[in-house]
Amino acid sequence: MTLAEAPSETPSEQALEAHFEATIARNDRIEPRDWMPEGYRRTLVRQIAQHAHSEIIGMQPEGNWITRAPSLRRKAILLAKVQDEAGHGLYLYSAAETLGVSRTELIELLISGRQKYSSIFNYPTLSYADVGTIGWLVDGAAICNQVPLCRTSYGPYGRAMIRVCKEESFHQRQGYELLMTMMRGTDEQRAMVQESVDRFWWPALMMFGPPDADSPNTAQSMAWGIKRNTNDELRQKFVDMSVPQAEALGVTLPDPELRWNEERGQHDFGQPDWEEFMQGVKGNGPCNAQRMAHRRRAHEDGAWVREAATAYAAKQRGASA
Amino acid sequence: MTEHIHTSPEDEHESAYSGLLVNDAHWAFGTDFEDPLAGVDTTIPDGVDAATLATYALMLGDDSLVMSHRISEWTSNAPDLEDDIALSNIALDLLGQARLLLARAAKADESIVPRLPEGSPAPPEDALAFFREAHQLRNVRLAELVNGDFAEATVRVLLFSVWRLALFERLRESRDHVLAAVAAKGVKELAYHRDYAARWFVTLAHGTDESRRRLLTAYDALWPLWPELFDTHPVEAAAAEAGVGVDPATVREAAEGVLDQVLAAADIERSEAPRRSGVLGRTGRDGMHGEPLSRMLAEMQSVARAHPMGQW
Ligand SMILES: [Fe+2]
Ligand SMILES: [Fe+2]
Repeated sequence: MTLAEAPSETPSEQALEAHFEATIARNDRIEPRDWMPEGYRRTLVRQIAQHAHSEIIGMQPEGNWITRAPSLRRKAILLAKVQDEAGHGLYLYSAAETLGVSRTELIELLISGRQKYSSIFNYPTLSYADVGTIGWLVDGAAICNQVPLCRTSYGPYGRAMIRVCKEESFHQRQGYELLMTMMRGTDEQRAMVQESVDRFWWPALMMFGPPDADSPNTAQSMAWGIKRNTNDELRQKFVDMSVPQAEALGVTLPDPELRWNEERGQHDFGQPDWEEFMQGVKGNGPCNAQRMAHRRRAHEDGAWVREAATAYAAKQRGASA
Repeated sequence: MTEHIHTSPEDEHESAYSGLLVNDAHWAFGTDFEDPLAGVDTTIPDGVDAATLATYALMLGDDSLVMSHRISEWTSNAPDLEDDIALSNIALDLLGQARLLLARAAKADESIVPRLPEGSPAPPEDALAFFREAHQLRNVRLAELVNGDFAEATVRVLLFSVWRLALFERLRESRDHVLAAVAAKGVKELAYHRDYAARWFVTLAHGTDESRRRLLTAYDALWPLWPELFDTHPVEAAAAEAGVGVDPATVREAAEGVLDQVLAAADIERSEAPRRSGVLGRTGRDGMHGEPLSRMLAEMQSVARAHPMGQW
């Protein structure tokens, strides 16, 4: 029995809030029927929806290469990966639904441009090496962002993330394995991998969000246990992990400032072009219009099918009633 | 209700993303090519002509290769997430069948495999998929059509899977171990594809006026290609005679019996549309295709052909 379910002795807002804060402080989960501050609910809905939208929009850049995968085995791996992303979208929309918003409403918000998705997917995929680079760096950065979310304070979100993270780390391995294989191939393939890494390295760093100094929502999200690490902490971790992986692969990361800092025990590295990042966020990135148009078209093309399913289900209910 | 979270953050970080550089034979540093026929008996059964077996396997392999490709074009375009996932599943199953069947064809008769430059690492099933011209493909024409709306996908998957399931149920008894194994696994996959399509067929038939209209349009458009599925090509006749293949004409009654049940549930009459003719009597099984197949192959083969010496 939760406090929210005891209408007869309506506890004061203060008591509810204190109970909520105590749950967070103990690192326990908040569950759908628990009382939660409106701001917490709103922040969660925004974050989970944005995450779900990213999974769905994220199907497009890699989906772009399904019909051109150069071997039957790679085609199967890629198709299965893009299918997994659809599955991630499903789990996350379901997690958001526990907060009282439907998938239909959220998709409407995506399509009308009122909710965002990760800007990384507004970069184009220009060669088959991008399939590998996205697995290695983009799924890799996503994992860095998401592993701490497995411990996020909201139960359904944390549990969805545990499932998602397992699959993302599989994607990362497969992407890295593709790049490794290509590096053992021809000179042209090695050049293709390097060119792809050159294009995706900085956008991958942008995936952690703006520097902490420019990230106004971080403090509240951390206090609520929605976020567990700051943007800069996660970015640093990602860089430190990626450097030895790049070396093993035999590619150069395109950052002249990148070097090991003995004193800090971490790498120093340069800053991505935050102006370009902001353009992407504002909708002016290289593929924003294309990604949105694709999603809108697929959604609109499917409208008559969804209507038919609804009508059929209603007839079935009518017949059995 | 709350639950306590026990895992320490460091453990989770370690397990989820620090594994890439582990020298794990199955992963980053292992071999990238697994033989799809590993562990299966590939000896050609007594008295079977190798070229017949290879061409027969190629026909079935090309059906699934081309159909899988068309369905994979639905990925990220389906009416809902559940259907996106289901269609990707169907494409994946068919792709798996294609890989085995093309590998079987190559193993039975190497001379059917296109010659790549000396030292190319492309396995034979990839050489077959990515280095043949349209006229060398032996798929039925139903598989290659350009995608239409979701009703078209529903009808096409239904016709294809009802036909292929009837074939594979019999192919399980093939004297060829590979074909028998592919069929045994394929029967389960195809039953799922058929049920998925049949459910949508009935739903669209009874949904809205628009969905019924679209379904009937798709059904009438595809029906003319149904009879071709049951034509007996001389290679199929020879494969059936040798006990490794199934003569499609012999499964027509079973397939139409199943289809009639779906049509009845949908309240739709059997179409009267006449069969689509071929070119000088030749159709898909003879390597005679429609215009869109070569364009589909141009796209599908573009990366593989640009890097014939590439490692993937
Ligand atoms: Fe994902
Ligand atoms: Fe992923």
